[in-house]
Amino acid sequence: MTTFTLACTIAALGALALILSYIASRGIKALSLHFLVETPQPVGEGGGIGNAIVGSAVLLGLACVAGIPLGIGAGVYLSEVGRGWFASVLRFLIDTLTGIPSIVTGVFVYVVIVLRMKHFSAYAGGLALAFIMIPIVARTTEEMIKLVPHSLREGALALGAPQWRVTLGVVVPAASSGIATGAMLAISRISGETAPLLFTAFGSRFFPRGLNEPIASLTVQIYNYAISPYDEWHAQAWAATLVLMTLILTINIAVRFFTRQKF
Amino acid sequence: MVLIVLAMIIALSIQAMPSLRQFGFSFLTSREWDPANRQFGALPFIYGTVASSLIALFISVPLSLGVAVFLVEQAPSVIARPVTFLVELLAAIPSVVYGLWGIFVLAPFLREHVEPALARWLGSPLFRGPITGIGLFTGGVILAIMITPIISAVVRDVLAAVPNTQREAALALGATKWETTLVVLVNGTPGIAGAVILGLGRAVGETMAVTMVIGNRPEISSSLFHPSYTLASVIANEFTEATVDIYLSSLIELGLILFLVTFVVNAVARVLVWRVTRRTAGAGAAA
Repeated sequence: MTTFTLACTIAALGALALILSYIASRGIKALSLHFLVETPQPVGEGGGIGNAIVGSAVLLGLACVAGIPLGIGAGVYLSEVGRGWFASVLRFLIDTLTGIPSIVTGVFVYVVIVLRMKHFSAYAGGLALAFIMIPIVARTTEEMIKLVPHSLREGALALGAPQWRVTLGVVVPAASSGIATGAMLAISRISGETAPLLFTAFGSRFFPRGLNEPIASLTVQIYNYAISPYDEWHAQAWAATLVLMTLILTINIAVRFFTRQKF
Repeated sequence: MVLIVLAMIIALSIQAMPSLRQFGFSFLTSREWDPANRQFGALPFIYGTVASSLIALFISVPLSLGVAVFLVEQAPSVIARPVTFLVELLAAIPSVVYGLWGIFVLAPFLREHVEPALARWLGSPLFRGPITGIGLFTGGVILAIMITPIISAVVRDVLAAVPNTQREAALALGATKWETTLVVLVNGTPGIAGAVILGLGRAVGETMAVTMVIGNRPEISSSLFHPSYTLASVIANEFTEATVDIYLSSLIELGLILFLVTFVVNAVARVLVWRVTRRTAGAGAAA
């Protein structure tokens, strides 16, 4: 019994170790300063992922601008204001939305935005990522606000503060570090998303010139290089993956570190 | 949020209209997917999605249960804490990275070592045909790795929610540790079912990793080594190539199917998990 469960655990950890070690060992080979700042070049001429790094940053920024306020708003509503069946339905829908495949989100944004504007754009990509972010941020915000002790609310109310000031002035600031943690986790999640970007942000071989045109991203670049037939591009895909994983692992470990200090 | 969900259904339905109108119900049952002749049927993709998800569950469910039981029931907290974090880190790895690893590491490994052995020992009809490493089986294996952290995380919560009195009662009756664990598992059955369905929902919608290793051929074959295609991966692959309206509309209809299926699957899973965790939360409040 213990042997079986232990074997399962070791298998899961082994998979993690295998994946991470391959990324590290293969990624490091093609990694260089040039690689990080240049734009992609045809096969045989080197090139890099500078535009993809910038593109990913732009897309993440757009997603945060749209997604974080909405997510926090929904979370605050659920924990402080929402009561009764409507809040329950809302909570249920948010939970279920987290499970909607990201490619479906991509199709939705394509239908609503790209078909209207008739071209791919950074806006569309950012919006698709924001849709994925909102339910995650909303749920963590709700959980974090629930942890704020009731005495704090009662104290503020006893001092004569109206409900909205209690919520915005006392409860939300008290939960702010938890909310920030949730937002970071959401960013880590969407920074690895590829499927919703394929036909919203699309991709580009140049540095972005504006938000209203197609934009490159690390993940789409990795995908395109990985399925290409060229060894050189495969090596670049591994190196780009190393960059992406460094970002994601850093966020995850940092979040882990901060939450451990708090609780 | 409610608006987003409604908007999604309406927008997808409108765009899927042309294909809904032209093919009707036969869209779901036709195995013909021939963009050149404008014939579109979803059956190969539905088959590929269901089959790859089932392979994934077949591998992942025992694995995840093992991990969860180990972490909740057996391991001391000094080990359980970091291991929990590491297993959850598996969920933080992006799909496209799994795909990259799948193409260059997992697929060759399965081709060289695992698939020949399966073909030799188990043989037809499931394990036969040319062994390429790219196909339904590899897709299922990569999905299994991806959903293991999800299933095991939920099962862990469910097991932790089983009241300690249950364990003490079982031990007091003279049950061995293993029998006690069985009692705990039976107690959490609805929640575990919910966790499995949640994993299923994830597997059904997973796109990039599967697209990169499943072979992308709209065919139905009884062999698991044969290339296949899933709902999500056909959308990812062919969406930007769809130049004809009816082609695009058919792909959007596939998206609509995927949306509705995952919505229902997730809803069922949430209800099951809620029932278990809420019951014990109520009991905790009463005590």
